Order: sequence, then structure tokens, then C-alpha cells
Amino acid sequence: MSGQRKRGVQGKFATRLIHFGGEIDERTGASSVPLYQATTFHHRSIEQPPQFDYTRSGNPTRQALEDYIARLEGGARGFAFASGMAAISSAFMLLSAGDHVICTEDVYGGTYRFLTTTLNRMNIETTFVDMTDLEQVKAARRPNTKAVFMETPSNPTLKITDIAEVAAWSKSEGLLTMLDNTFMTPYHQRPIELGVDLVLHSATKFLGGHSDVLAGLAVTADESLGRRLKQIQNGMGAVLGIQDSWLLMRGMKTLQARMQWSENSARRLAEWLSRHPAVRKVYYPGLPDHPRREIHEKQSHGYGAVVSFDVGSGEKARRLLDAVKIPLVAVSLGSVESILSYPAMMSHAAMPKEERLKRGITDGLVRYSVGLEDVEDIIADLDEALKH
Amino acid sequence: MKMESRLAQIGTQCDPATGAVSFPIYQATAFRHPRLGQSTGFDYSRTKNPTRAVLEEAAAELESGDAGFACSSGMAALQTVFALFAQGDHLLVSLDLYGGTYRLLERVMSRFGVGATYVDTNDLEALERECRPNTKAVLIETPTNPLMMVTDLKAVSRWAKSRGILVIVDNTLLTPFFQRPIELGADIVVHSATKYLGGHNDVLAGLIVTKGKELSERMAFLHNSIGAVLNPQDSWLLMRGMKTLALRMERHEYNATRIAEFLLEHPMVEQVYYPALKHHPGHDIQKRQSSGNTGIFSFRMTDARYVAPILQHIRLISFAESLGGVESLMTYPAVQTHADIPEEIRRRIGVDERLLRLSVGIEHVDDLIEDLRRAFDRARQEIEGGTIHVGPAQAGCAR
Repeated sequence: MSGQRKRGVQGKFATRLIHFGGEIDERTGASSVPLYQATTFHHRSIEQPPQFDYTRSGNPTRQALEDYIARLEGGARGFAFASGMAAISSAFMLLSAGDHVICTEDVYGGTYRFLTTTLNRMNIETTFVDMTDLEQVKAARRPNTKAVFMETPSNPTLKITDIAEVAAWSKSEGLLTMLDNTFMTPYHQRPIELGVDLVLHSATKFLGGHSDVLAGLAVTADESLGRRLKQIQNGMGAVLGIQDSWLLMRGMKTLQARMQWSENSARRLAEWLSRHPAVRKVYYPGLPDHPRREIHEKQSHGYGAVVSFDVGSGEKARRLLDAVKIPLVAVSLGSVESILSYPAMMSHAAMPKEERLKRGITDGLVRYSVGLEDVEDIIADLDEALKH
Repeated sequence: MKMESRLAQIGTQCDPATGAVSFPIYQATAFRHPRLGQSTGFDYSRTKNPTRAVLEEAAAELESGDAGFACSSGMAALQTVFALFAQGDHLLVSLDLYGGTYRLLERVMSRFGVGATYVDTNDLEALERECRPNTKAVLIETPTNPLMMVTDLKAVSRWAKSRGILVIVDNTLLTPFFQRPIELGADIVVHSATKYLGGHNDVLAGLIVTKGKELSERMAFLHNSIGAVLNPQDSWLLMRGMKTLALRMERHEYNATRIAEFLLEHPMVEQVYYPALKHHPGHDIQKRQSSGNTGIFSFRMTDARYVAPILQHIRLISFAESLGGVESLMTYPAVQTHADIPEEIRRRIGVDERLLRLSVGIEHVDDLIEDLRRAFDRARQEIEGGTIHVGPAQAGCAR
């Protein structure tokens, strides 16, 4: 299979983003992978089964995307799913009834919901811990613990987990490590290089980058885990469609250009917010006083484009959300357009209030996903809105 | 309104903004909130997308259910339905089952403590015998694939109701145009919409339709939480396919019946499994509960050695997996769709080395019969003449 594929050009990340091996169609020379909107493939004979036989099991367009993300993350095999949650729910199917999971406590609300309402009924228990504290992680270990799930920086308070430290401990204990790399993307952070077994993405966010594709991706560090996940992807069928596979590749080609631009703006915005009198607290790993910033800098090449800040109360947050003109007030993040979200009522609505407050997701907290607009305009818009 | 009219009109009057007769593809993941706490009804496409919603409403209406859910594949639909169950639950499942469903039950659900017993779902005594205190549902395919066993849906639904268990019907082969299981008492209908509903072998998709408010709400929660949803482009393509469902199904049935009759008379064929044929054991039930017959059926050759050369020599008909498309496909279940079912079970239900499955397309039936006649003749010449053809495949597109 791989022998027929063009290997792609070696080089720096920006070059690999463009020359990923699937950028030219082998047969026609076309400058983009064709959309194989086909579900089934003709067998010439019983002795010669085709490389692809049924699109749920494999499709040339989706395969190009899966190879692409595997290459960017430095893993063995990539997998494309119908949504970020489809990737995450499928990954948890690697476990069995009676198993136990240690999960970061400020995990994405959708993952929290899946763990606490669906996986729990399959008799898989989860302990939520402050993943930034290895002692807490160790204390949560049970004889039936099978997996550790990380998100760093976390959503929305951008807490930093030491990936290599947790991965090394997990490895010594024989536990599977999973990491949701949505906020950083492989441009900023490559967890497999730090010892993680399975990287997950809501590719709806920065990888797709245009708020137009719902998609999830997974990359396994090695072949054997890859084979197990392949069985689950094929068996459960939560695969990504063809059109969306192609759109996602199209988005990923500009990943570095978009991330660089947005990150520059996010740094400027975070600094400006931290000096603003109406802002109680700013969460951004690039700020000098952000807790565990040095760990983030050790494991990542950038700070990302998400800035969270607390305006003090639900009432003030509401006024701000009503007054802003530039960002879309919506759920989601990681797009060309800026998106302002209200975690308490959006991404973390599935979490009980008490749990939410414990995680610092107060009623005054808003999350700004910085897009590609000019940062001067973004700041001027917020400055005006914060006067309300 | 009649089914044909409802099919042709899917989504036609749903876009008040422009009046477009084809509903727009909303290739968007996020939706702006007018104000905090206010929503247009759409927040995030995993939860609800306008294009997918039109498809889901159409599916619910066509199947006489209360809510529809579009999934990224037929298997994604089934895994979402199976998430209703919890560790310790038990299911009764059709004996002659699609291989993918069997694999999901045996390799995944079993690890989560959800057990399954495979029974002839048309045998009420067998159902009663295998039913346990923890049995939560019966999953029925009718007709089954590939052996076309027919289950009396009314009788099983009545029995299931008396035991307080859910009835789930995989209606892929007949589609709501020919059979509406919810009207016969089922609680949930699932589809691999990749097949007849899409109809063109170009969209991978699954659908779930539920009856009742509580069940619909639970399914909506799981659909969103698991996230195996159908994308907007494929939602639109699927609706486009469904508009011609009635025409296609009628032609599929006509062609399949003619070909089944041809094969029944052919000396190299031992048996033909198709409920439209009078001798088929499920013929009467099928006639009572469905208004027509599917476009696929199976047949058993007299000699297993014929299979390879036949698959080699068919030209118009493709040797490929899947079914339900406008083009005709032939499948070898023992090595393709049912490869994951243990040999012992396969043999018990009759999926052996001599069985072939034909998904009859909408080409002219005379051409299809001619293709089969020619491939059969060549196969016989090679086997009986002792020259077994294992030469290189045809190059290019010409067949």
C-alpha cells in the first residue's frame, strides 16, 4: 500500500504541510487528491482484491488525509472520523468493561459528557484529576486503570500538563496515554515525540480552520495500536465523509500560516487584556506569569491562539458578548474568523455548576479564539465593548 | 400524500430565505448566537445542522417515526443505537445477520458486557426460549442478507411488547417505500443508507428513526454525544438520491424477479433465495407486510468451482461489495461481507462456498441476463474443459 504512495518531501514543517505525499494525484498528475465519492470498488478477480474495497474500511481520499495527519504528528497511522467526539468516543472503545480511566479534570465538556453518561454505563469508571499534579495522577491509579487522558493547554483555562512526565509515568505503569491536541495542532506540539500513544483532534478547529468542516482525527504512535484502532474505526463506522476529507486537507495546507498569524495576534491581545482594568484575570500560556509556562515552552513551539479572560461576573460577560462586533458569538474555535464563547453556557454546559466552578470556569469567564482579522481592529472592538 | 410524492418533494419547500427548490448545503460548523442565551436553533453542527435536519425530518416522516438521525455510516447508526444499552444487557438478534453487525456485537459490544444471542427471529418459540430477564431488545433484519429469511414483524412486535423489550429493525433492504416497520410495531428503524436510499454507491451514510418521545430524546442525546454524524454534503447527496427511490425500487424489483426466474431454470444453479418467488418460505409473510421486494437475492451454484470463473467473466456486473446501487454488483458473501462470521455459523445458516449474492441494478434486464448467461457458459467450459482461468485482470475501464 505505502510502496505506491509518493513519500512526500522531507523538510521543515511548513514544507511538509504542502508536500505531504498526497499533494499530487499519481495517475493524472492533478494538483490535488481527487474526491473519490464512491462507496465500493470493483474486484478484478478473487485472487486480486483491490487496495480499497468498501469506503467505510478505506477510501483513497480519506487515506490521503489519514497519511497526512500521521506524518505531521510523527505517528504510525492516522484515522479520520466524523467529528472530534467521534474520534474520542471511538478511541475509548479500545477499553473494555471493568477498566478505569484517569482524565484531566478540565477536559472538554463533550468528552466529560461521554465519559460520565455513556462510557460509565459500559462499566468504565473515570477519575478526574488535576493532571498538572503528578502526585494526584499517581494517587488515582487503581489495579484496573488502563488509560490516562490529557489535554494541554486545557480548555478554557489553559492549564499546562507536563506531557513527557505523565507519559513516562504511564509507560512505567503500562497505561495507554491519550492526548487531545486540538488547541496546539502538530505545528506547535507533537505529543508522540514526548511519549504519548494516541493523539486526538477535533479537526473542526485549527486543522480545518474555516468553521466549515466537522471532523476528528486520531494518530497512533505505533502500528499495533494502529491496527486495533483500525478495527474499531471500521467496525463502528464513525468515519469522515469524502468531501470533508478533501476540505480538511485543503485547510491543513495553510495551518502554519494561519497559526502563526493568529498566535501573534493572540499574544498582543493577551498582553493588552492583562493591562485592562475591567479584566480580572487573563489565561494565556504566553503571559510571563502564566502558571507552568516553562513546562509549556519545553514541550511546545508556540502558545496558540486561544485567550480566556474573566470579566468578573455573568452580567458583565453578557454585556460584553452583546456588544462585540468582530467575533462571532458562537461555540467552537480555531477558525479564520474570531469566535467569542461563553464556556459556562456553551462548551461546558454539560458539566454540573459545582464541577465547573471548581475548574475555574466562572460565570465571568469568556474565551476568545483569535482569527485572522487585524489585531488592531480586534483590540479596538474589545475596548469599545468592555465599556458597556 | 403518497410515498412517491413525498420522496420527490424532500426539502423542496424548506428554504424560506430564497425559495430554492433544492435545500442549501450548510457547510458550516458553528452558528452565531443572536444574544447570549438565545439560539437560532442551531449552535454546532454535530448537535444540529440545517441540511442534515431536513434529511432527518424526511427520514422520520417516511418511516412513520417521530425523530430521525443521520450518521456517518450504517455501522455508525447501529453503534449509536447500541449505546442505549449498558453492561449486563442482552439482545436477541437475527441469525442470518450482516457481517458488520455481527462483528460490532462480538468484538466491541461484548467487551462492554452487552451480550447477544442469535436466533431465527421468525420463530416465536425460539425467541421466548432465548429471552432472559436482562434481554432489552430484539434486532431484526427482514429479509435477511444474504439468505432472505423473512420475519413476521407484527407477530414479533406483539411478542416483544408483552415482554417489554424494544424492537429494532434494519430496514436497509426494503426501504420505507416497500416496508415501514414502525407501522407494524417496531420502536427503532435503522438503515445503511449507503444502499437503496442513497442508491448510487457514492454516499456512505446511516439513518436511525425512533418512535416515541422518550426514546427519541435518548437517541438525540447519544447521537450528539458520540458524534458519529453525517456531514452536510453527504446529507444533501442522500436526499438527492432519495427523490428517485420509488422509481429505482420498482425497477430493481422488476429486474431482480426476471433474473431470479432465469437463474431458477439454469442447470448450474441449485437454489435461488428470493422472497418474490412463490416457493420461498417467507413469500406469504413478505407479501402481507411489504408492498414489494428488494433488488438483491442470493443463489447457490451446483459446484463451488464455478464461482471464481463466473466472478472473472462477468463484464456488465461488477464484482464488488455493497448493494442497492443503480449498477449491478455481485458479491461472494463467504469471503467478503460475511468473512467475519465463524465458519460454523456461516454453514449453519447456509452462507457457504457455493453461494453468490447479486445486487440487481437498473440496467436493462436483458443485458444483465445476457452477461450472466455468457459468464456461466465460460465458467462451465473452463471447469469442464479443465482450463482454470487465473489470468491477469482486465486493464483500464473496458469490461
